[in-house]
Amino acid sequence: MTGADLLLLALGAVAVGAGVLVVTTKHLVRAGLYLVVCLGVLAGDYLVLGAELVAWVQVLIYVGAVVVLLLFAVMLTRAPIGASDDLDRPGWPAALIGGGAGLGLTVLLVHAYRWSTVALPGAGTAERLGEQIFRSWVLPFEVLSVLLLSALVGAVVLSRPDIGRPGPAADGVASQDVVDADSGGRR
Amino acid sequence: MRPVIPYVTAALLFGLGVYGVLRRRNAVLVLMAVELMLNAVNLILVTADTTARSVLPHSGQVFALFVIVLAAAEIGVGLAIVLQLYRLRASVAVDEVPLTEPAGSPQTAGAPEPAAVGTTGRDAEAGR
Repeated sequence: MTGADLLLLALGAVAVGAGVLVVTTKHLVRAGLYLVVCLGVLAGDYLVLGAELVAWVQVLIYVGAVVVLLLFAVMLTRAPIGASDDLDRPGWPAALIGGGAGLGLTVLLVHAYRWSTVALPGAGTAERLGEQIFRSWVLPFEVLSVLLLSALVGAVVLSRPDIGRPGPAADGVASQDVVDADSGGRR
Repeated sequence: MRPVIPYVTAALLFGLGVYGVLRRRNAVLVLMAVELMLNAVNLILVTADTTARSVLPHSGQVFALFVIVLAAAEIGVGLAIVLQLYRLRASVAVDEVPLTEPAGSPQTAGAPEPAAVGTTGRDAEAGR
């Protein structure tokens, strides 16, 4: 056991503990905050594994943007403050399938890697990763940019009720209806 | 470095994500559990970058970056759907979503019907 092993073990334990709390807590907002802990600890894991750029992108995008979006969604859907009792469905099938998936993957990976050691490769700095992305992975990179754009447009179309509806939405009465429904929906 | 430690962490996180997706009723919590699963996959990719020797260096980390971008796109569209669901039904419980369109006209999705549904939803919540 080297220092990196101990660090990975501690960070992994914290990540799994925070993950357990994310899927079991009765407070919606606390689930988002435990998710911050889990994602931040995973960023630490990436740092130990030598993936510097991925770690900082994880902090920026996941902890910075995705969790903020999720907390906004919690607020916009009028989540109650305090514990809610109606967050869960009956748990036996979920526990069976989730536990089966987790334990099955664990057994598979432990069987594959045992207690072997590997040397850590050089750190994945922004320079090296950028060289790889813009030399070998340019096409996926560009396709991803198109996908991001289409996801953006799709999110706008989904969240605006006055566009994308077929039928008589063009004349005055229907658009008035739509405006009513919109204000009623936002309440 | 013993790669089995991050691999087992990732496997357990993936199992937790699957459990959360199947267990939770609130759609926002379902999205959080999906994030757990995506992060487990990212951890697998980054760890595999250290254990597997590939022709292109750092392929695993490049793929982890791509998965992070995909997750960002997914969360944007997913939250738009969840907010639209809340606007239509005043509830984000995933097991109350009807899988088939009701027998009425499909055009009423944006017009007065949601108000009625929202009122009954709020009444049900108040009576609960």
